[in-house]
Amino acid sequence: MFRKLTLTAAVALGLSATAALAAGDAHVEDFDFSFEGPFGSYDQMQLQRGLQIYTEVCAACHGLKYVAIRTLADEGGPALPEDQVRAYAARIEVADADTGDFRPAIPADKFPTSALAEAPDLSLMAKARAGFHGPYGTGLSQLFNGMGGAEYIASLMAGYEEAPECAPADFPGSYNTAFANGGFPEECKDEDGHHTVPGSWIAMPQPLYGDDVVFADGHDADLHHEAQDIAAFLMWAAEPKLDARKEAGFLGVLFLVLLSVLLHQTNKRLWAPHKAAAKKSA
Amino acid sequence: MSGIPHDHYKPKSGGAKWLESRLPVLSLIYDTLVIPTPKNLNWMWIWGIVLTFTLVLQIITGVVLVMHYTPQVDLAFASVEHIMRDVNAGHMIRYVHANGASLFFVAVYFHIFRGLYYGSYKAPREVTWIIGMLIYLLMMATGFLGYVLPWGQMSFHGTAVITGLFGAIPFVGEAIQTWLLGASAVGQPALNRFFSLHYLLPFLIAGLVVVHIWAFHSTGNNNPTGVEVRRGSKEEAEKDTLPFWPYFVIKDLFALAVILVVFAAIVGFMPNYLGHPDNYLEANPLATPSHIVPEWYFLPFYAILRAFTADVWAVQFANWISFGIIDAKFFGVLAMFGAIIVIALAPWLDTSTVRSGRYRPMFKWWFALLAIDFIVLMWAGAMPAEPPYSIIALTGATYWFAYFLVILPLLGVIERPTARPATIEDDFNAHYGKSTEKSAE
Repeated sequence: MFRKLTLTAAVALGLSATAALAAGDAHVEDFDFSFEGPFGSYDQMQLQRGLQIYTEVCAACHGLKYVAIRTLADEGGPALPEDQVRAYAARIEVADADTGDFRPAIPADKFPTSALAEAPDLSLMAKARAGFHGPYGTGLSQLFNGMGGAEYIASLMAGYEEAPECAPADFPGSYNTAFANGGFPEECKDEDGHHTVPGSWIAMPQPLYGDDVVFADGHDADLHHEAQDIAAFLMWAAEPKLDARKEAGFLGVLFLVLLSVLLHQTNKRLWAPHKAAAKKSA
Repeated sequence: MSGIPHDHYKPKSGGAKWLESRLPVLSLIYDTLVIPTPKNLNWMWIWGIVLTFTLVLQIITGVVLVMHYTPQVDLAFASVEHIMRDVNAGHMIRYVHANGASLFFVAVYFHIFRGLYYGSYKAPREVTWIIGMLIYLLMMATGFLGYVLPWGQMSFHGTAVITGLFGAIPFVGEAIQTWLLGASAVGQPALNRFFSLHYLLPFLIAGLVVVHIWAFHSTGNNNPTGVEVRRGSKEEAEKDTLPFWPYFVIKDLFALAVILVVFAAIVGFMPNYLGHPDNYLEANPLATPSHIVPEWYFLPFYAILRAFTADVWAVQFANWISFGIIDAKFFGVLAMFGAIIVIALAPWLDTSTVRSGRYRPMFKWWFALLAIDFIVLMWAGAMPAEPPYSIIALTGATYWFAYFLVILPLLGVIERPTARPATIEDDFNAHYGKSTEKSAE
């Protein structure tokens, strides 16, 4: 809801982080993800668990239309073995682009589009949402915490709660503490129109309750873990080249720092006689 | 090139003589590279190189992106995802290009404010200044057009808002808007022509950059003192200057490398920080984002656009005096373009005979306030158009115009400038010498 600003403006303003502003506050928890920070990278096992949740739960309604199934084998992704990717693809029915007939997918196909018209495609969802905002439009929160797309998704998955008492029983949707843009009953606003409870009502029924899947690696499948695993997988789906990008960024920074040092020394030596002459004559 | 006396190129080899007598390109390159440059230039004079580098970077990455991009409303968004996922290093090329636009504007704002502080716009450099402002306008147009191409939600609805500005022009506005979009609404014709123009304008910018450089090579660089290089003889000029190559090339490249460290970190570690999440949703004419916000580099002027609402007395007066032709929306559009035009008119609005702000004790503070005003407006432009932000934006917009239209003309009359060094050599020696005494000349 609040905007990012430039680095310069953010630093120049230097406003302190205090309470967020407007009504409709939603609660986004700052989960720890392995891919945070300059050196963070995806946790291959977590992506595989997330893929399992996506396949067994999300895929019933949601699509992943920009993601090619073959990329499940990619380094810096779930990195499934080729034969598993082929077997995974074969379980999915896709419409053939040439004939229009349904056939089992091959790794070169993309994931299907959403099965439900009102369920948005999830390919880019982790980049199309920002979990962190402000404070006061300075963008400092996103500067230090990241954009928070994955944190937002995990918070949303874990944010379903019993509807507060102020809401009428027949209010449409499910109450979610992390969802900011949904319906909100008038009964839960105070006299100034401010929301008295965090979040809002979301159309999507609660998808995860904990122990919805059984992980092959025996990992905990409570709601908190599931929420993080699916969020991590969707982050990978949105930004599959994250590991490669950070590596390139690191090499770029390293190279440019080295270049800066060399140019600094060159510049210093180049100007030295003229600065010395200036010193003498002054 | 005329201006400061210096050595000229003399072809030595047979081949060079042959070429030089037919096309004096070697002497052009030589004279450009060894141009005498004031030796007291400080670190605010590095932005020209950064801008030139960024223009080339944007053109190269842009040309590569075009090889994989499809300017069609149903395919554009998917083709960008194709670049991000399937093209070799495509994600890096696109992130460099997208953040390169931000680097471009960071550099141009420093460059412009450098000129405003050190009076680089003053005679005889008005033409350099005007061409610079034309480049800046073309940059804004190019930046806006480029943001449309991914065909995300912000692309689409931002286009509707920006072209709607032209729709606010009385009588002909709607016709102009339709002409710009090629249709009554944002769609395929708009995407196609924006793509075409986004590819064209950078080459116009490149052409104007050549003229910009030609212009200030004719007058010579300004410098932090605003004192001109002595031009009586080559020997005299050499006391104030050093050749551009190698002294300033190496210095500028060092600064460029340091800036690129930050740039590489942003591209590598937080490439979406300056973007808007909504633009990762494909354009949907039926769903308008709750807040439509332009990219950060447009925000100060966006704030000025929105600042003048119907309840401001100046707007009401304009409305009354124009028999209702100028409404609040059109007033805002005029204010936004006016805010840029007053920068371009600075050479004629500033009445002070002293160039550099360093020797203008009152100007310094008003200038600092202008720089702060710019950042405050940038922030206000990103906030909702409601109190208190609308009041802050109106105050900021008022100061912006007051600075150029009232303060600059007045200061030249009432201000008493401090003593300036007699020569650039004196300034350079004083800066690097132990004693700060000025050598009497």
